[in-house]
Amino acid sequence: MVNLNVSLAGVALKNPIIPASGTFGYGREYAELYDLDILGSFSWKGTTAAPRSGNPQPRIAETYAGMLNAVGLQNPGIDAVIAEEVPNIAKIFHGPVIANIGGFSIEEYAENCRKLESVEQVKILEVNISCPNVHAGGKNFGCDPKAAAEVTRAVKAATSKPVFMKLTPNVTDIAEIARACEEAGADGLCLINTLLGMRIDIKTRRPVIANRTGGVSGGAVFPVALRMVWDVYEAVKIPIIGCGGVSSAADAVEMMLAGAAAVEVGAANLKDPYACKNIIEQMPALCEKLGIENISDLTGGAHHG
Amino acid sequence: MQKTIFTLKTNREIAPDTYEMVFSGDTSSITAPGQFANIELPGRFLRRPISISHWTEGSMTLLVKAVGVGTEDLTHSDEGTAFDVLCGLGNGFSVDLIADNTPILAGGGLGAAPLYGVAKKMRERGMTPAVALGFRTKEDAVYLDEYAALGCKVYVATEDGTLGTRGFVTDIIRAHPEFDYVLCCGPLPMLKAIHSLEQLKDGQFSFEARMGCGFGACMGCTVPTKNGGKRVCKDGPILYKEEIVW
Repeated sequence: MVNLNVSLAGVALKNPIIPASGTFGYGREYAELYDLDILGSFSWKGTTAAPRSGNPQPRIAETYAGMLNAVGLQNPGIDAVIAEEVPNIAKIFHGPVIANIGGFSIEEYAENCRKLESVEQVKILEVNISCPNVHAGGKNFGCDPKAAAEVTRAVKAATSKPVFMKLTPNVTDIAEIARACEEAGADGLCLINTLLGMRIDIKTRRPVIANRTGGVSGGAVFPVALRMVWDVYEAVKIPIIGCGGVSSAADAVEMMLAGAAAVEVGAANLKDPYACKNIIEQMPALCEKLGIENISDLTGGAHHG
Repeated sequence: MQKTIFTLKTNREIAPDTYEMVFSGDTSSITAPGQFANIELPGRFLRRPISISHWTEGSMTLLVKAVGVGTEDLTHSDEGTAFDVLCGLGNGFSVDLIADNTPILAGGGLGAAPLYGVAKKMRERGMTPAVALGFRTKEDAVYLDEYAALGCKVYVATEDGTLGTRGFVTDIIRAHPEFDYVLCCGPLPMLKAIHSLEQLKDGQFSFEARMGCGFGACMGCTVPTKNGGKRVCKDGPILYKEEIVW
């Protein structure tokens, strides 16, 4: 028997597979398809203080082995999520929930986390710092080590729950941002968010996505994400959730060998709504084949020896 | 929704670059005309959402026009090819809601496809559907014989006048003020023009959008409506006249 249990900053997960934020909504659509209790956890849709209607159409484009999206953080706002989604999540998923939180100011991040303090199912806060800071000329918090650290400190002061900072890959040195978050008290990190990209329609000569640019995800970004998890693992001691292009049990193992304690699966869910279920079901056989007894032993396994 | 394998049984070019594709497979997830199938294609990341024209217990017919790399792959597939399909997606047209009205089905181009499924449902209930179909030109016209064989009253318009009335489906509807309800599918400018017709009390409009997942998870296809943002894939593709904003 392979032991799939992992731990994220003291939170026990029955396996390391977590649907990534933005690809799983608040679980409703997938709960119609399979029993969500097989999941290690799930990271809900990025939630901001105010409701957001998101970007104009079109929001989606395709690339080789992946896709681009510019949804624009469409979400009903933290109060509506607590009032309407949390009670439903209680019915469809009984494991630890990861609450993905967005914000456009340091105060907004802190306030969103404060509101979740009493929400029992939420065991981890995943703080998306790929958002523009409206008080600093729209520069992304996650692109500046100082700003990333400031958000981390503010959020840590506002909650007793473990805080995982979700890092953007659109930086020169992601390890520097990771260290800044660790020093500011982050309990863990999640990486990577989508890579900024674009497509142009050669007939109309205009960008395909109305927002012009979008975030690239899917298998195309997997090697990039893997390398970044590797670099960050070398730079910090706190646990890492590896995310980016994971589409199979083998990808998840690879991500853990690079340094991930758990793995988020994103765009693969959109292509195949059963992606996480399949990965979880295939994991024991793959581990047995690889001679793995405890999956948690894989974390960082490629760095040693 | 159901994820299932469909096998291409027949593939027939019925107009330039336009194919009638009949698939065999489990259609039990299809509950209404106007729903769509999201088809996985080898080597393409995103599935391709295609409106279901009509179906039986073991087969499903799609009308597909090759307009991009995905639909080119799909329409050039060999008979016998198996496809991974998310089937029975979206809300579909409601035939129940048209009972007290004098409806017209209005299709532009391949908008004729899902309306054929509506017409079939109406015939099953003993109604005689009136159908207005618009095409760019005569050779683009599809399914005229099929609608006629079903016992529909068919009106045709072409932009260049090579078949039927010269003009648009809106010209046909305007010429028949008795129609007070519409079920329509076609390009956005057509939907918008129909929406502005004063004779229509209400109606059902089928929208399309670039989709990420097709089953309501990613918010990639959300459009604004008077009742807030709606996902074309899950809350639609049929939106109702009074909720639509342009």
